[in-house]
Amino acid sequence: MTPDDFSFLAQMVRRRAGLVLTVQKAHLIESRLSTVLRRFGFRSADALVKDLRHGRETLARAVTEVLTTNESSFFRDRAAFDALRDRVLPRLIEARAETKRLRIWSAACAAGQEVYSIAMLLDDLKLQAQGWHIDLIATDLSAEMIARAEEGVYSHFEVQRGLAIRRLVAHFTQDGGSWRIHENLRRMVSFHQFNLLDSYGWLDDLDVVFCRNVLIYFDQKTKTQVLDKIAEMLLPDGALVLGNSEAVTGVSTAFVPVDRAPSIYAKTKAVAQRLAS
Amino acid sequence: MKNCLVVDDSRVIRKVACRILQDLHFDTAEAEDGITALQSCRQRMPELILLDWNMPNMNGIEFLKTLRKERNGTNPVVVFCTTENDVAHITEALNAGANEYIMKPFDREIIEAKLAEVGLM
Repeated sequence: MTPDDFSFLAQMVRRRAGLVLTVQKAHLIESRLSTVLRRFGFRSADALVKDLRHGRETLARAVTEVLTTNESSFFRDRAAFDALRDRVLPRLIEARAETKRLRIWSAACAAGQEVYSIAMLLDDLKLQAQGWHIDLIATDLSAEMIARAEEGVYSHFEVQRGLAIRRLVAHFTQDGGSWRIHENLRRMVSFHQFNLLDSYGWLDDLDVVFCRNVLIYFDQKTKTQVLDKIAEMLLPDGALVLGNSEAVTGVSTAFVPVDRAPSIYAKTKAVAQRLAS
Repeated sequence: MKNCLVVDDSRVIRKVACRILQDLHFDTAEAEDGITALQSCRQRMPELILLDWNMPNMNGIEFLKTLRKERNGTNPVVVFCTTENDVAHITEALNAGANEYIMKPFDREIIEAKLAEVGLM
């Protein structure tokens, strides 16, 4: 790919999804583009970019999606899930005892392992059997990822990365050489294709937001915008969960880190202290 | 360094597993069947056992049941590593005292993930 073509591609993806592509990632980008080349019948990345320059919408969307697709795994960065289970959920369950309602958003859900991990933790607590309404929302820019996540079928390798064998047996059914998540967990989640740069109006009154390992791909301004929008949608005593290499310091003043709870952030110091205690 | 006994009748699997485990800072020993594995455990009980199911002389389940009755036999973490990939076998292994279960084929990432599950990483 020529520098000029790379620059065009980078600007297009940044405009459409906020994603920052750097020359250092050129090899990874070309590798990801190979699936689009095959699908649309292009012989080279140069030919693909030439068509993109003519404003072909379906192609632009496909390219953007494939460049934003992330790998995921069940219970990735376990400490965040331990903190959710041990600190965040107990506080929220106590606070929501009257309404018996929890609303959790997994932004950039990829193939669904994160949101199904959350579903498994919630299933452990048997909240639905106690009359709780659990609203798990999972979104991703990629329609392909959303379709995969909705299906809830994972390979032999995917179910062995991050899932204890007891959880596999408890929550999945064998489906040929793959494993399918149980229907009761699948039904807990509503999946939507969504761009983090778009309006968040429909995502109100959230108790917990998982936005992990996606902000790292944005520039500073976009990171701040996304975090500020999440803060507007999160309830005052809600929690934000970021990736373990991410931080809000210097990016957004809307959140405060929670001591002893890696990757967990609250909207105020008071809530952070309660979660840390 | 923690010790791992790799029990598998396939020399190739033993070598691959040992290489991964050594990269993960384990000392490794090998056994080709349940009887050899028991002898090895009686000499020196490892912290971790990676255990195949189908082996001549004594298979993995028989070995595990015998091991758990041995002196200090409840100490080692036992992770099955087998082509028996169905729920019935998994359940039988857990009931016999296995701590975790790897379905072959495996890769380094799976071994690391499973060792993290059992607190050895």
